[in-house]
Amino acid sequence: MIRLTRQYKFAASHRLHSEALSEEENQRVYGKCNNPYGHGHDYVLQVVTRGPVNPETGLMVHLGTLDAFVGRAVLDAMRNNNLNDLADFKTLVPTTENLAVVAEQHLRAGWAGAFPDHGTVALVGVRVLETARNSFESSGVRNERT
Amino acid sequence: MFITRKAEFSASHACRLSTASDARNREIYGDAANPRGHGHNYVFEVTLEGEPDPVTGMIVDLKEVKDILNREVVEPFDHRFLNYEVAPFDHVVPTTENVAIEIWRRLEPRFQTGPARLANVRLWETDDLFVDYAGRGERARP
Repeated sequence: MIRLTRQYKFAASHRLHSEALSEEENQRVYGKCNNPYGHGHDYVLQVVTRGPVNPETGLMVHLGTLDAFVGRAVLDAMRNNNLNDLADFKTLVPTTENLAVVAEQHLRAGWAGAFPDHGTVALVGVRVLETARNSFESSGVRNERT
Repeated sequence: MFITRKAEFSASHACRLSTASDARNREIYGDAANPRGHGHNYVFEVTLEGEPDPVTGMIVDLKEVKDILNREVVEPFDHRFLNYEVAPFDHVVPTTENVAIEIWRRLEPRFQTGPARLANVRLWETDDLFVDYAGRGERARP
């Protein structure tokens, strides 16, 4: 078994604001991230995959297939867009925690269909970097044994 | 406790199967199938597992680790065309996966005795792609 991590960069904007909270509470909880016009980041999405290496090709996953799928499932909608406009974040606050959850859900939903000929590739999880100082990863990335 | 040491080498490679057509090789490996080869500034991170010595406070002498990485990997791989100059890549396709496995295979015996065991090899081919290999056995992820 080997793990392969592929990294994708995309720029997007967001505003952290919860309808369940008052204006004052939103300000207190989210601080500058609550500014009404939003702000943006150069996000980094890392997709962590795992599986056996094909003994003939020496590959665990076909990168062209992975890149195309991650584009369709996650990046095309988010890249250079306002995350608050996406259906995923109509009721969910686009924190980077939620962004990681949504990205992983989309990847899991389409995974089997994306790799019909590569059934041995598993999605371990995702890691999302909001800035170089903040990163969020699904628990599978850290917990799973190789 | 885990300790990780990083090292680098620059090398060229071509990813292709001698048994497959040019078109098929391009399908499988994309641009990396170009038979003339291309290069990367590879970076690898070697993670060792052990406990700090109660007297020295160190898990392992990092100078020794550095010497082992240089002798076993950097010197034989650096500024080489992997397919032509580094075994087993004359008959094993030097994908990122296979290069990481080969680095593990070369290093693992060097850490079988001594204060620290080899726990993981992470190989970066580019800034946007890396693989982790931890041998065949099941073990905790560093």
